[in-house]
Amino acid sequence: MKFGVLVFPGSNCDRDIAMVVRDLLRQPTRMVWHEDSDLSDLDVVIIPGGFSYGDYLRCGAIARFSPALQATLKHAEQGKFVLGVCNGFQVLTEAGLLPGALVRNRNLHFICDRVALRVERTNLPWTQNYYPGQVVTLPIAHGEGCYYADSQTLEELETNQQVLFRYCTSAGEAIESGNPNGSLHNIAGICNRQGNVLGMMPHPERAADPILGNTEGIHLFKGLLALTGAAVA
Amino acid sequence: MNQIFQAQIYVTLRPSVLDPAGTAVQSGLTHMGYSNVEQVRIGKYVELTLTAPDQAAAQQQLDRICDQLLANPVIENYRFELKEVADEVNR
Repeated sequence: MKFGVLVFPGSNCDRDIAMVVRDLLRQPTRMVWHEDSDLSDLDVVIIPGGFSYGDYLRCGAIARFSPALQATLKHAEQGKFVLGVCNGFQVLTEAGLLPGALVRNRNLHFICDRVALRVERTNLPWTQNYYPGQVVTLPIAHGEGCYYADSQTLEELETNQQVLFRYCTSAGEAIESGNPNGSLHNIAGICNRQGNVLGMMPHPERAADPILGNTEGIHLFKGLLALTGAAVA
Repeated sequence: MNQIFQAQIYVTLRPSVLDPAGTAVQSGLTHMGYSNVEQVRIGKYVELTLTAPDQAAAQQQLDRICDQLLANPVIENYRFELKEVADEVNR
């Protein structure tokens, strides 16, 4: 399974992602410069965290118009996989691949922490290696991660089971005390209707290498591989 | 003949979106003694000039620019004022 990691000026998690898919999972991986417009060789496009184009205007707003992102829209249209992490999630909402928007954290703080998340749905490749309701701990690092959408959109997300990850307490309750940034419905990660595009604020790639003490994030990447029967190292 | 317009664009958060930065500024104002200040909301102001055949064309183009990039319609509203600053030959 071939992975491509988009690199914008200001991306800073691109090599972390590549380290996971190329070095830990031994999959063919290439970095995709933001000016590249041919992604036809890729099975999975990953938009990494960071501050694309300096986050000028709004997070992800300028990245949306790059040739690589335009090609990503086509990639997604074909039903192929797209993962946006952190700034990548912001880019996906700005581009309209996912509904809603990410706005300033409720408490105005840039939050760098490890938080509990509840896995809400496991019948998609992304989450098939988790069990429903499983509470995992993943790192977050963002200033604008408060998920916002109007009430109709939220209702659609819930009805169509598009919420894959929700902030929760360590006991797995998706309540206010488990919500770090004010996200509506405690939303930490959502997919599109078809399920091939996932955006999430937490960083699964930062919880993949055993040397870092937490490998709960690698199952997300392994879930994709299981789909194609690609060999996992 | 083309004309040059200056646009003053105001981007504001939709009323339904919380503005924690505005709330923080308001609490600063309260600490300063301005306890009569409420509803602080922080937005963006953008200036630009554009060349177009007439005001209607400029307005139409600016609407697209705002919808596509300068504002995110999910969370923001915008309005703009447009004035002619010169025609192209007198630039």
